[in-house]
Amino acid sequence: MSTVLILGATSDMAVAIARKMAAKGNNIQLAARNAGRLQALQSDISIRYGVNCAIYEFDATDFATHSSFYLSLSPKPDIVICVFGYMSDTLAASKNWEESLKIINSNYTGAVSVLNIVAEDFAERNSGTIVGISSVAGERGRQSNYIYGSAKAGFTAYLSGLRNRLYKHKVHVVSVLPGFVNTKMTAELKLPPLLTADTEQVAAAVEKAIGKKQNVVYVKWFWKWIMMIIKSIPENIFKKKNL
Amino acid sequence: MAQKNIANWGNYPVVESNERSFSFDEQLEQLVEESIHFIPRGNGRCYGDASLGEETISTLKYDKVLSFDTVNGILECQSGLTLDKILEIIVPKGWFLPVTPGTKFITVGGAVGSDVHGKNHHVDGSFSNHIIEMQLILADSSTIVCSPEKNADLFEATCGGMGLTGLITKVKFRLKKIETSYIKQKQIKAESLDDIIRLFEEYKHSTYSVAWIDCLKKGQHFGRSILILGEHAKLEDLPEKLKSDPLKLPAKKSIPFPINLPSWVLNSLTVKLFNFLYYGKNFKKEINNVVSYEPFFYPLDAILNWNRGYGKKGFVQYQFVLPLEAKQGLVEILQRISNKGLGSFLAVLKVFGRQDSIISFPKEGYTLALDFPVRKGLFEFLDELDQVVLQYGGRLYMSKDARMKPEVLRAGYPKLSEFRKIVNKYNPTNKIRSVQSDRLELTT
Ligand SMILES: Cc1cc2nc3c(=O)[nH]c(=O)nc-3n(C[C@H](O)[C@H](O)[C@H](O)COP(=O)(O)OP(=O)(O)OC[C@H]3O[C@@H](n4cnc5c(N)ncnc54)[C@H](O)[C@@H]3O)c2cc1C
Repeated sequence: MSTVLILGATSDMAVAIARKMAAKGNNIQLAARNAGRLQALQSDISIRYGVNCAIYEFDATDFATHSSFYLSLSPKPDIVICVFGYMSDTLAASKNWEESLKIINSNYTGAVSVLNIVAEDFAERNSGTIVGISSVAGERGRQSNYIYGSAKAGFTAYLSGLRNRLYKHKVHVVSVLPGFVNTKMTAELKLPPLLTADTEQVAAAVEKAIGKKQNVVYVKWFWKWIMMIIKSIPENIFKKKNL
Repeated sequence: MAQKNIANWGNYPVVESNERSFSFDEQLEQLVEESIHFIPRGNGRCYGDASLGEETISTLKYDKVLSFDTVNGILECQSGLTLDKILEIIVPKGWFLPVTPGTKFITVGGAVGSDVHGKNHHVDGSFSNHIIEMQLILADSSTIVCSPEKNADLFEATCGGMGLTGLITKVKFRLKKIETSYIKQKQIKAESLDDIIRLFEEYKHSTYSVAWIDCLKKGQHFGRSILILGEHAKLEDLPEKLKSDPLKLPAKKSIPFPINLPSWVLNSLTVKLFNFLYYGKNFKKEINNVVSYEPFFYPLDAILNWNRGYGKKGFVQYQFVLPLEAKQGLVEILQRISNKGLGSFLAVLKVFGRQDSIISFPKEGYTLALDFPVRKGLFEFLDELDQVVLQYGGRLYMSKDARMKPEVLRAGYPKLSEFRKIVNKYNPTNKIRSVQSDRLELTT
């Protein structure tokens, strides 16, 4: 039985992942900025799956607290799943530095800050799994989503570098690039059903990737091909498109 | 704003709605404050327009188990949790739902909003009978607790009140102790309507009972049916091979129904065929066996989205209750349906025991439920049936309704004005309203 730490545990995706991992018999540590919001999920998980479930306060953008946060975890986790992220209107954010910074910090800087600490610990223990939920939006910048996309691009690159570095320490790193997912974050968007995963599918993909030591997973397989095509469009054409 | 077209189980009517959801109490509070009006929505398993409106608040993400007392069998949960999930939690610990409808894909909020009944109403009453306490958020976004003792008026009007008093957030209710997850089932063939009524009478102490009626059969075999009875199996009732794991959960298997079928598929011929097959399976007069709870309670859940079998235009379910002595009314209604040949995939007959709530559907008598694909002339025909139901002192189930006239509701529910008064107290500006409540003139 392992202990799984979920960072950013209040999102729909995190709820599904936490339940999936608990259903497999793992103990769960839930961490989020507003820990009060985690209480219902805590009882839900411990009652449903009969595992231990603890809650912790954690603010991804309050970097200075990350060390003490990690120190306070008991026991130390065997698997860390970094789910937090934040998306908002790109055009508005591009005219508002605070908002841009929030997107960058919530999707990239915060993750680097906390995962650096986790990585040190795992490397020292020569074991562990780190999962980062990044995004296909990071594969190529588009006018509709490029601030979020660039932060996720940074996160994806970070994860692949981390995977490379920790390989010799027997620590595995999974990058998850879900396409569209039905969540609170996307509730306002009209998403094409065929391309859209639900949070349970993401959770199942995460669980499988951990078990099978997969490196990069797209939740719905055709996203891999879609992104390959999108990435192969020459910039000269791409820049004229309304994407 | 996320406008989308939504419909409930009957796929009729389809309504454009701004549907929003929440995971946390503060989010819900904010949603209620921001809404011009709204109706709570669970899993959309009511058949008609009860949980439809221009603005709906979905509880589906508000689905956490809050406490489970495994010694005394008391569960507390958020209202969006569905019964299928609850069964997975409680059955392995030796507990069962006190009351369950014919599908497990409904939310606890929906179970209260419709005050659902099962095959054990004559013994255990409806769902509200087992509630210890619940919490609601009212139209003014304040939070309030109610129970049969505390704010009793609100409690009574919320059970079966179709969401109009407020949005139920948390429910604490009692479970039923079981020794095994299996049901001792008895199926008995009945040759006629008289026969089946006599059998219901004979087996009135059976915990669970329901009959499937071939309502298209004419002549001598009019009303031929199968009575299905059940008791929770005790350990000693199980065959040896099941005894090692008596509280085992049934394996999950379900087949999705592929597409919307054109509605001619359900013409009276296929209905006849279906009924014949179902009936033919029971070649003996009586069959006794032990089955898992799943096929016993939820035979239809095995085919996900079977409602698509009624085609794009959708269907309505017609469910009414008649007093015990009004057997003649049952005959008359079944005869009219049979003569009309409008077809019903299902005809389900159950008994209700005593219940005297202000707005809940059950009251002592026989309840019959039938499906009708929507087509020209149907609603006129159902209006005629309504008159027969009323004439015999019966009423219709709002949770299945998409078309009854407000007069029919008023005539069937003698305590309706009391209900309206309570709704008025807690929802004074009709902020909480549905397509149904407007149609039935409850919120206009
Ligand atoms: C195959 C099938 C079999 C069925 N068998 C039976 C049966 O045997 N007995 C029976 O009684 N019913 C039966 N039903 C009907 C079903 O149980 C009810 O309609 C139930 O209310 C559906 O719950 P839901 O979660 O889908 O809610 P919805 O259908 O979304 O809503 C139903 C009503 O409850 C209200 N509501 C939902 N959540 C809340 C909340 N949190 N707070 C306040 N109000 C709320 C809604 O406003 C609406 O008025 C059956 C339905 C199907 C599809």
